Amino acid sequence: MPSNKSVSDAPIARFTNCRILRGRRLQREDLWVREGKILNPEKLFFDEKGSADVQLDCKGCILAPGFIDVQINGGFGVDFSLATDDFGAGIDLVSQKILSHGVTSFCPTLVTSPPSVYHQVLPQISVRNGGAHGAGILGHSVANLCQAEEAVQHGATFITHLFNAMLPFHHRDPGIVGLLTSDKIPAGRRVFYGMISDGIHTNPAALRIAHRAHPKGMVLVTDAIAGMGLAPGRHTLGQQVVEIDGLNTYIAGTKTLSGSVATMDTCVRHFLEATGCSVETALEAASLHPAQLLGIEDKKGTLNYDSDADFLMLDDSLHVQATYIAGEEVWRRNALGM
Amino acid sequence: MKLIIQETYAQASEWAAKYIRNRIVHFAPGPERYFTLGLPTGSTPLGCYSKLVEYYRNGDLSFKYVKTFNMDEYVGLPRDHPESYHSFMWNNFFKHIDISAENVHILDGNAADLQAECDAFEDKIKAAGGIELFVGGIGPDGHIAFNEPGSSLVSRTRVKTLAMDTILANARFFDGDLSKVPTMALTVGVGTVMDAREVMILITGAHKAFALYKAIEEGVNHMWTVSAFQQHPQTVFVCDEDATLELKVKTVKYFKGLMLVHNKLVEPLYSMKETEAGRSQPKKPYSD
Repeated sequence: MPSNKSVSDAPIARFTNCRILRGRRLQREDLWVREGKILNPEKLFFDEKGSADVQLDCKGCILAPGFIDVQINGGFGVDFSLATDDFGAGIDLVSQKILSHGVTSFCPTLVTSPPSVYHQVLPQISVRNGGAHGAGILGHSVANLCQAEEAVQHGATFITHLFNAMLPFHHRDPGIVGLLTSDKIPAGRRVFYGMISDGIHTNPAALRIAHRAHPKGMVLVTDAIAGMGLAPGRHTLGQQVVEIDGLNTYIAGTKTLSGSVATMDTCVRHFLEATGCSVETALEAASLHPAQLLGIEDKKGTLNYDSDADFLMLDDSLHVQATYIAGEEVWRRNALGM
Repeated sequence: MKLIIQETYAQASEWAAKYIRNRIVHFAPGPERYFTLGLPTGSTPLGCYSKLVEYYRNGDLSFKYVKTFNMDEYVGLPRDHPESYHSFMWNNFFKHIDISAENVHILDGNAADLQAECDAFEDKIKAAGGIELFVGGIGPDGHIAFNEPGSSLVSRTRVKTLAMDTILANARFFDGDLSKVPTMALTVGVGTVMDAREVMILITGAHKAFALYKAIEEGVNHMWTVSAFQQHPQTVFVCDEDATLELKVKTVKYFKGLMLVHNKLVEPLYSMKETEAGRSQPKKPYSD
């Protein structure tokens, strides 16, 4: 049936036979997409007398907003903090490869470095939209502070990778950890905290404490280093030789942890398993919450109408089956030999 | 007049859905021959809609060549308000089936000229060749669509002010706040529904028992507008046991005794799969 699309002639895709994460719960709804945005089908039906041009059967999958990683230092052998001339190629590689982890947007992070590194690297990181070439770049994070200016304006406060590299909690001096339950937070502000939920950098019990104390502030981050995505074994990363063994990365020949190599989807699954939280909560910690932290939840991090159609197809155990950016499939399990 | 008495709400809903299904399949709609269906909103038809959706999902029924006309809509309520009848129809029926938007007709309660909107609605029904089957529900005060007690039994589509009973009953959908309940609606007239070739009215629950009694055991009376359908040549009332509480034992026994005959309307149950596969055309359902 031809549709009378007075608003736009762009094709309309309808993803059917799925459960979509909307309004904080999984709903048996279809997802409609036009021009890279999520479409309100009721408006389409009554205002435009329109209908879908293509229907895609999701075979019962969960559809969730694409993951947003606000702290990623590198991966696949690339270290964003290493000022190299082919920095662009490195960013391209990582943004392309993390599509299979369900990451549709990210903030490349530079670990604390000399000013000269910032001067060389920062100009090369430009905000760009995601697509078949890779996940979108939302801006960069420097050192341990996510410098999304909007976020600060929106009154967000971000604690970088809670528990790691900070003074431990003491009951008479709770330190930064105490911010999670502080009663001194001004109204309208929310404290967010990054969490490396890989089962190694944060003990599952500590993860549960943080989650139960302040569930709405949990932002899952990978904090991944160049070793993420590399095969197990010995690798030279920058000046360092590391040994990757599962999710552990050691400085070669030692038992010293040298950084996180867990992928975002692994972190989401670990969070779900370790805390016994709902699937909705686990997914939101990697999508809605980082979007809120960055103050971009009207565009990213939800499947609300008029948001960017960046979303994932997942099975019930939250393994990513396909990744979409702006309504286009950019990765599919088994399709690219991955 | 037929009175179908089923044990429960679910069974009454399923009977009604089967009847609609058989009527549409038997009609054999196509691009040159649309089936025109009048539709109600409210809690009563929900079970029937979900059965029809199930038939569509199983491939037994398609609404591709069905035109629908809804009975009514509130005046001044935004179309996308969750309690608007547009939203109701979208969420409970249209989004689940294969009907085309251009074949759906719901009165626009936000039209600049409300009476012109009503007149145009009557014209659209005429242009579609009249309504083949009008499905309706009633209020506890016996109103059909928003034809409140006292409405003319020959009324056409028009603006109606809601009765206080109706506003009170609807308050639960508007946070219990009477001031939020729309006080006016556009509604098809009793005469509009009377023009349909067949009318099916769903009445379920003990709170509708007195209205059912007024509908079928007492005379035609504009204070119980649903009673007008006593004078329609093809009316089916479908009810559950609870709704029969105010009826005479004699009435209930008579119609229950007829169920063997009336069930032939829904047994066998026809499917569009059979007709598409080129098997024998379904026989015309029994009719008295």
